[in-house]
Amino acid sequence: MADWVEACAVDDVEEEDVIRFDHGGRTFAIYRSPDDEFFATDGFCTHEKAHLADGLVMDDIIECPKHNGRFNYKTGQAKGAPVCVNLATYPVKVEAGKVMIQIA
Amino acid sequence: MAGTVKRDYSLVGESTRRAIETGLASAEWYHTDVPRKAIKELMQRSDGPAIRDTIIWIVAILGSAAGAIYFWGTWWCVPFFFVYGVLYGSSSDSRWHECGHGTAFRTRWMNDVVYQIASFMLMRNPVTWRWSHARHHTDTIIVGRDAEIAVMRPPDLLRAALAFTGILDFRYSLPALVRQALGKLTPDEKSYVPEMEQHKAVIAARWHIAIYIATIALALYMQSWVPVVLIGVPRLYGTWHMVMTGLLQHIGLADNVVDHRLNTRTVYMNPISRFIYWNMNYHVEHHMFPMVPYHALPKLHELIKHDLPEPNPSIWHAYREVWPVLLRQLKYEDHFLKRELPPTARPYRGEFHEVNMSAAAE
Repeated sequence: MADWVEACAVDDVEEEDVIRFDHGGRTFAIYRSPDDEFFATDGFCTHEKAHLADGLVMDDIIECPKHNGRFNYKTGQAKGAPVCVNLATYPVKVEAGKVMIQIA
Repeated sequence: MAGTVKRDYSLVGESTRRAIETGLASAEWYHTDVPRKAIKELMQRSDGPAIRDTIIWIVAILGSAAGAIYFWGTWWCVPFFFVYGVLYGSSSDSRWHECGHGTAFRTRWMNDVVYQIASFMLMRNPVTWRWSHARHHTDTIIVGRDAEIAVMRPPDLLRAALAFTGILDFRYSLPALVRQALGKLTPDEKSYVPEMEQHKAVIAARWHIAIYIATIALALYMQSWVPVVLIGVPRLYGTWHMVMTGLLQHIGLADNVVDHRLNTRTVYMNPISRFIYWNMNYHVEHHMFPMVPYHALPKLHELIKHDLPEPNPSIWHAYREVWPVLLRQLKYEDHFLKRELPPTARPYRGEFHEVNMSAAAE
């Protein structure tokens, strides 16, 4: 059964930005889109071990800080070299000003 | 220590094995602390500066080509070819580089179009070189891992000098494209291009070769050298500026370290060279924060220069500084230039590196 875990407060993430969230020995990235929606993915780039939370959010794209690999953080889709493997995404909900993610 | 073992620059050899074993491969690199808000601002993308610069670039290429054709057969064509050659054979390198990172333009397709054009001008396979450059950023000047180490140790100074003529690069690049067009990738190329991308390298090479064949056919049809002097051959006579600025990025500095302040150099340059080079003279800054577009690098430099070695004040100064280091490396290949940090900087962490600090010239 997947658990809902509190990742951060809504105000912890600026609009069109990303923060890092560590839980249970794993690292996640929590995004706030320009439309004020929240999303969550694995925290590391699938190309090499770089924290996506240090990257740049542009519209629905997260760009990895190391080699500029791009993913759609809403779907996890890799958008081309040097990233070839999609990013895992996680369900997100907002409750009482808290961002919750569902971790399998 | 690194100095007790002969360097093996292949990407599938003894140095590769050691780099992986010792944790130098895909390591955590030193970064100057910059507040998220500041770096986020600097990373912001914009189409404006690159569109402006690309229009200037294209107009200058077409203008110099037109002048060269108009004055063909007279000595007046020489200055036009001089300008055209540098724009074709040198400034294409920085366009290739920035658009490969995807930072020049905000709009992805603009990066991709300029990347493909610049790759062709440079006789570089756009697929293999994209991956080799990713490796260069992961493992900058890590022997056995980095595919883009321009001057290996001990330095071959004749080879470095010939690089300014473009002859060696031409001799490597064209046969490499032919080989790739025939579907053959080397073990080194296979080590950094994922299997699922390798067929794209073959297709790209075939396109490049097809354009060169068409150019030669046009020259034969016209009974004129003009097509080949404008397409392909500028890779020879126009490459000197790319080599002059590009060699300075890492030459003579440390290898097998995980701090760009030790293996990368920032050099102040004149505005023309900075336009040709698209601000890649701020090279430590670029390696530490490759997400920052070329037009924001001067601002990034101001923000973090307290933590970096003093930049060389000119190209000439940088070469004068490195020359004795290269000469010493001929006899003692562990020797390298260790550039002093200002008192405001966080110190180098000797224990963090494999490098033999006692071999450093300061």
